Amino acid sequence: METSEKQLPADPSEPPPVGEGEPDRDRLVRGHLSFHDVTEMVSRHAEKKAPMAWYVAFAVAFSGTLLLLALFAYVVWNGIGVWGNNQPVGWGWPIVNFVFWVGIGHAGTLISAILYLFRQHWRTAINRAAEAMTLFAVVCALIWPTFHVGRLWAIYWTLPIPNQMAMWPQFKSPLLWDVFAVSSYFIVSLLFWYVGLVPDLATLRDRAKNFWRQRILAFFSLGWTGSNRHWRNYEKAYLLLAGLATPLVLSVHSVVSFDFAVSVLPGWHTTIFPPYFVAGAIFSGFAMVVTLMVITREVYGLKNLITIDHLEKMNIIILVTGSIVGFAYITEFFMAWYSQVEYEQYAFLNRAFGPYAWAYWIMMTCNLITPQLFWFKRLRRSVPVMFALSIVVNIGMWFERFVITITSLHRDFLPSSWGYFTATWVDIGTLVGSFGLFLTLFLLFLRFVPMVAMSEVKGVMPQADPHFHEHEGNGHVEGDGEPYITPAEPALVKAYRAGGTEDEETSA
Amino acid sequence: MPQLFPKKANTLPLLSLGASVLGGVLLVFLVWYYFSPEFKVVGYQPEQPVPYSHETHVQKLGMDCQYCHTNVANSKHANVPSTETCMTCHSQVRAKASSLQPVRESWAEDKPIKWTKVHHLPDYAHFSHAAHVDKGVGCETCHGRIDKMGADGVYQAEPLSMGWCLDCHRQPEKYLRPNDEITTMGYTQPANFVERNLERIGKQGIQPPTNCSACHY
Repeated sequence: METSEKQLPADPSEPPPVGEGEPDRDRLVRGHLSFHDVTEMVSRHAEKKAPMAWYVAFAVAFSGTLLLLALFAYVVWNGIGVWGNNQPVGWGWPIVNFVFWVGIGHAGTLISAILYLFRQHWRTAINRAAEAMTLFAVVCALIWPTFHVGRLWAIYWTLPIPNQMAMWPQFKSPLLWDVFAVSSYFIVSLLFWYVGLVPDLATLRDRAKNFWRQRILAFFSLGWTGSNRHWRNYEKAYLLLAGLATPLVLSVHSVVSFDFAVSVLPGWHTTIFPPYFVAGAIFSGFAMVVTLMVITREVYGLKNLITIDHLEKMNIIILVTGSIVGFAYITEFFMAWYSQVEYEQYAFLNRAFGPYAWAYWIMMTCNLITPQLFWFKRLRRSVPVMFALSIVVNIGMWFERFVITITSLHRDFLPSSWGYFTATWVDIGTLVGSFGLFLTLFLLFLRFVPMVAMSEVKGVMPQADPHFHEHEGNGHVEGDGEPYITPAEPALVKAYRAGGTEDEETSA
Repeated sequence: MPQLFPKKANTLPLLSLGASVLGGVLLVFLVWYYFSPEFKVVGYQPEQPVPYSHETHVQKLGMDCQYCHTNVANSKHANVPSTETCMTCHSQVRAKASSLQPVRESWAEDKPIKWTKVHHLPDYAHFSHAAHVDKGVGCETCHGRIDKMGADGVYQAEPLSMGWCLDCHRQPEKYLRPNDEITTMGYTQPANFVERNLERIGKQGIQPPTNCSACHY
């Protein structure tokens, strides 16, 4: 693996010899970077012109966004009948896509909040980008129910706002819980992301040459000076937000699963849904992080920060959560048999061998079988393999939502209303467009925001250890000069202390 | 590095917090009041093809509502009278009046007069006149003092919003009147009307529904 690490093109990091007693592979940051190297490696991408690849990707992604806007205008104008939704499948792709995107939006806050509480230092290299991805995925999720309600102008009815219709949301409905679960998740994730950004924005501010750029960054960095007091407040705020965000990571997809589980349809009405949905969400979210990070570290030369070890750890999480999801699929079958309810049994047999068997087996293959390749260390450390697998996982997770939503609905309680769902071109166009929106937002993030949490990465580097300098000199790069503050001579300190006590005695 | 913004910028977060809370409350109020039928619809008075005056017919001549709106007690719709109803009198009375020319034309050509509807309910709500009239909701309660609306035409007197409907559905005893006073205009309730209405509600089992599907499909 080290071979691929050594051909870093633009990285300012030709690795000096490995430090004594410190095997390089245990380090979270490779290439013996100094603090300044890290600042430089990350900040410059938000400052200089974007690489050609960025423009190409942005052109493609932005066309997708425009397609999405046009199609949503079409949907609003004509009504949601232009999607394939119809009796008996009233929840078609819009809900499938909603659950899919919310699921993807789980990795970021898991990485930044739960891994933070568990002191998983490797999160620092990827948490910024993963959180950004989370926010954008949640945006992509929220558009679906927003337009699926049909009467877009009445969407505020979902909120408890006093009105002369004397209308109030139905608090017994899981669909309403969804509104609150997803929107509070979005707000807390946004706050969490922003709080983490403040020190890095201040770094960018201090590096800014342009008047307005400096002012804008100064506005968003809230007067950060990096003083001890700022850091203490920051750490406290970050810890509190991590504590707040942690239950949300688990609650959001639980509530999304209630949309299904609280109803009485065979195949939906099961208690396994909340944990199974949360595992699936983390599974798909991590897969999306891997997809994006593999490209990002390649294009932006961040292989010393986002190392193969980071990717491997994410692949392990994908393996674990993928296996949980696979286990849940099998448990569902067991429960259908064990319940002895013929409708439940029919629902599951119909899933696997009915008209949607093709979707079911795509799901099984992508989610349960292929991730098992990550048992092999060689495969989970191989960039091409993990890139391909991460995409396969997200295809599988989309199909999981498709299978759950469509197969339970297409067999209504009355056989006379059985049907087969067919997607329309608007369904396909809006799904493609939502990927366009997601990538547009992510590319804007890469262009304008420091994509790695510099201050946090610095905190896990060896130089941040208070005892580091005992072994490796005064902590300054060679030629950097002497420390600014020369420690007082022990003899002088002694004399000062002695003088101090003398003064006290005389005054007393 | 010195701060780029002066010290007074420290009040900005607090100010913006206060402003957003106040702004939010203000926004809710504005939508609550100005987006409502009470503000937008009450007073709607479209021009009608014939300058028909309820004032003349009801107040001056003392006609009952049901002389023309015949189906109000047994149909969802309180029908607008056909031209023939007008012509029962106007073939004799003011038979040459120029203002009645459209009525005579309609009669001669056998084409209905195109009255403009004043009281609209949204198409996702259904409403039955019969159910209300038979249980003691007076015409005036929803339509206002029709007997005072002159040749300018009928206007909408009440908001007809959902909240307004629910006011009565939740406390019908405050609004009901005896069935023989349904069409009375300017009816004043007697002192003990709430008790009397409660007694009627109990005896007749009047239970105005407040669930969604009572009015919405």
